[in-house]
Parts: sequence; structure tokens; C-alpha cells
Amino acid sequence: MTPLINPVTLFFASIFTSNILLTNFLGMCSFISISKDWKSSFGLGMAVTVVMTITAAVSWLVLEYVIAPLGLEYLSFIVFIVVIAAVVQILEMVIDRASPALYMSLGIFLPLITVNCAILGAILFMQIRRYGFIQAVAFGAGSGLGWWLAILLLAAIRERTEKNPVPAGLKGPGITMITIGFMAMAFIGFSGMIAVQ
Amino acid sequence: MNQIVLGPLVVAGAAAALALVIALVDRVVNDYGEVTIDVNHGKRAYKVRGGSPLLGTLASQGVFVPSACGGRGSCGACKVRVLSDVGPVLPTETPYLSPQELANGVRLSCQVKLKKDIAIELPEELFSVKKFKATVERLDDVTYDIKDAVFRLDEPAEISFTSGQYVQLVVPPYGTIKESVQRAYSMASRPGDSGRVELLIRLVPGGIATTYVHTALKVGDRVELVGPFGDFRVRDTPAAMVCVAGGSGMAPFKSMFYDMRERDAFPEKEIWYFFGARSSRDMFYLDELRRLEAEWPRFHFVPALSEPGPDEGWTGETGLITDVLERYIKDRIAKDKGLEGYLCGSPGMINACIAVMTRNGIAEGDVFYDKFA
Repeated sequence: MTPLINPVTLFFASIFTSNILLTNFLGMCSFISISKDWKSSFGLGMAVTVVMTITAAVSWLVLEYVIAPLGLEYLSFIVFIVVIAAVVQILEMVIDRASPALYMSLGIFLPLITVNCAILGAILFMQIRRYGFIQAVAFGAGSGLGWWLAILLLAAIRERTEKNPVPAGLKGPGITMITIGFMAMAFIGFSGMIAVQ
Repeated sequence: MNQIVLGPLVVAGAAAALALVIALVDRVVNDYGEVTIDVNHGKRAYKVRGGSPLLGTLASQGVFVPSACGGRGSCGACKVRVLSDVGPVLPTETPYLSPQELANGVRLSCQVKLKKDIAIELPEELFSVKKFKATVERLDDVTYDIKDAVFRLDEPAEISFTSGQYVQLVVPPYGTIKESVQRAYSMASRPGDSGRVELLIRLVPGGIATTYVHTALKVGDRVELVGPFGDFRVRDTPAAMVCVAGGSGMAPFKSMFYDMRERDAFPEKEIWYFFGARSSRDMFYLDELRRLEAEWPRFHFVPALSEPGPDEGWTGETGLITDVLERYIKDRIAKDKGLEGYLCGSPGMINACIAVMTRNGIAEGDVFYDKFA
């Protein structure tokens, strides 16, 4: 049933050793398109972290108290997607009111979080691995922070390598993919240190 | 059986619960209370409910900023200079704003959400813009794809405008089109005939408004017009007018010529009117304009066909309108009082004519045009 892993361990493991982006390669589209700019990366990473934490908690409650008792696990995909969409919608309204500057800098990418596969991915891992509530929230927050960390690292690298001479055919997404590959290899060094399953 | 009913019920229930939460948050978060719109440094002020885009809020106060797309951010017409801070320019606005406009605080009013008190600048003419209820009085085919539509104004019953200005036709939802849109058309009627508005509308394949006019609109239908807008008008100088039009670009010129003739306005101005079409079936108002030319010495009408058929019996100029224009500017048109260019038609035609005119000594600042986007 519920795995025995300590939520604190799980939290750090999902940031470093099982980074959702660099070991599972989820959430790549916005990762590549936004990492051009450090400031936007910061905002988007923050938004992903908040959305992931909240959706993990809400989805866990829905899963535990609605879907599982009724034996409707086959519907969990649809319900999770609806939950993510609603959370993003609410967050968008709140950010627009609370911090217009952040809202502007996130622009189109905030609504696009709805279809960020890292978020659905994290929720599905949570379901498959049968995490308890605290574990689910720790895993959601950790995965979000891991995603945030990864995009900040990539943005920093890209800002530094911006002016480097790159063969014409590799400019833009090409060299970015290679960079991500190196980053993933570096993170593989952590793998196996903690088993999150 | 239970499963079949239960599944949809649970999904619908979850969606409904979340929708309720969203609606509640929206009520709390999007309540900006009453905000004040200050126009032209305190000349006018409107107290309105915040939370909606500036364009629609101004329209609800009877101030109609021109907009062709109806507030979807796709036409770039609803520019307004904002004097107070309303946050950074959105990515949806930047394609429509020049660096100079950006520096001046110009924004698209459909993209600026009213959250707090705001100060803006609007051209004073805009306050003469009204929404007219009108009835279709006539709807004639002048060519196979251009209709001449005459609207009788019901309320208000008269429009005051300058020849060359345009109105926006409000197209109601019809057929598969679910939203009302507005499209701009130059007025072909004279300002002296203030109870009517005449528009020339060419069928654009797939166009929402033109398809509506060509297929759905009937004589006797009620429509709404918003206007007048635009600064395309005859300049008060002695310089000769070199006017070039194609297709429904005829409209503003028809208004200008008959208005000048009626009032004998700008008596020093010579008028040259070049009208280009592909073949006879695209040509219209030929007899009318030739009659005007015969009666009115300072008006010269040069219709030209680029591809006249062999059996059309065409006796006028042939060739591309730009070539005809260049020949006339070089050899026929007196330049002693200077020349001014007036253009109305497709962007391609306008750009080509600007090139011909500037190449032949007309300053770019003396070329005025109305581009159909």
C-alpha cells in the first residue's frame, strides 16, 4: 500500500535525484521555449511549482474520497485534467489581481500550464505509487521545485552561451537540446541514491 | 449499468464543483469597484465599473473608438493614448504598435483591462461618432462582385462627416457566424445628403461582413452603423489632386468629387482621377463619371483596363494603372501648383502607386491613402 518513504526524503529526492524534467523528460515544450530568458523562467517555474503543489493536494483528495470509493479509477485522467484546468484558471485570476507585473511576464504561458505534461505526470506518479496525502504534497512541491530548478539552470546556461559561436544549423533549439542532454547526464549521477518508488 | 451512469455523473459533478469555485473566486477577485476614466486632461470623465476592457467600457458610455474586429485584438484599430500607468504592453498589442507609439503610451483599448482610475487621450472628433440605426433603402449590383448599398438613417436621422471618412457596419450574427463583428467602409455618399449613407461593398471570398451583405442583407433590413471615422480628406491647398482607385476604392472619391462639385469647393484644385480595373466586367460608374468630366472642366477621368478582352470594344487607356499613372504624371498633368496623391484600394496597389508618385516628384508627405486591410 502506501510506500514507506519519508515525505522529507521524497521532497528532496523529487527535486534532485528524480527530477521530473531531467530524468523523466516531462514538461519539455515550455522548458525549451521559455528558458531563453531568466526572468520569465523564474516566473514560470514559480507558477508550475504552485500549480503542481495545489493540484497534487486537490487531486489526492478527489482520488481518495471520490474516485477510489466509487471504483472509477478509469476516469482519473479526465478528472485530473479538469482539476488542473480549474486550478490554473483560479491562479490566473488571483495573480492578475495580486501581481499584475508577474501576470504580464507570464503572459500566455500561465494558461498553457494547463497542458504542461509535467503536472499531469506528477499527479499520475502520485496515483500509481499510492502516496499518502503528505507524501503527495511533498512530491508535488518537490517536483515543481525540481522543474523550477531545471529551467533556471538551463536559462542561466543559455544566457551565458547566447553569444557563443554555434554552427548555424544548431542555433536555437538544436544547441538547447544538446545542453539539456548534458544536464540530464549530470543528473543521472544522482540516480539510484534514493529509490522513490 | 451503475458504472455507466456513475462515471459521467462524477465527472460532471467534479467539473460543476470546480466551476462554482471559479465563479466564486471571479466574484471576489475581479471586483474592481468603480473606476474613473479621465479623458483629455479632465475635459470629460466617466465613472464606470472596472474589470472589463477599456474599448467596451467606453462604448457603453457612448464613446466609440474605431474597431474593426470588435475587440478581439486582431485589427489594431482601437489605438488610444494612455497617460496613466496601466502596466506593461501585452504581447497581443506589440505587433500593432510602432516604436514611436510605444514611446508615447499608445495602447490597444481592447487589450487594456480597467482595474483602476485611468487617464487617456482621445481625438475630439471621436465624440461626434455616433451609433446610427438605419434601414437598407437600396442594394444594387454595380459589378458582378461589388454592391452599392444605400442606407436611410432612422435614428439619429442625420450624419455630419467629411468626404473620405468611413463608417463601420455592424454585422449581426448570421448563419454559422456566432458573434457580431464590425467592418469599416468608406462612405460614397455626399455630406450634403446627410440623411443617407452609401457604401460600396466588394465580395471578399470568405469575408464575414461582405458575405453577409452579398447573401443575407435585403432591402428593408435594419442595420447599425457607427461613425464617422478617419482622416482621409481633401487637403485645402491649390495643388492638383492625383487620385487613384481600384474596385470599391471608388467610394471615398465618389463622395469627394460630387461634394466638391456641389459646393464648388477648393476652386483652384485640378482633379485627376485614375480608376483601374482588370476588364470591363470590373468597371463601373463609367457613364456617370464621364458625364461629370464633360460638365466640370477641372475634373479629368482616366479609366484604365489592364486586361481588356478583344470583343469588349474598350477605347480607354490600357495597361496597369501604375503605368498609366506614370505616363500621365510625366506628360499630361500640369505641375505648376504642385501635386498631391490620394489613393484608395488594396495595399499592393497603394504601395505601387506611392512608389510611382514619389519617383515622379510628389513628396511622400503629400500622398494620402486609405488602405483596405
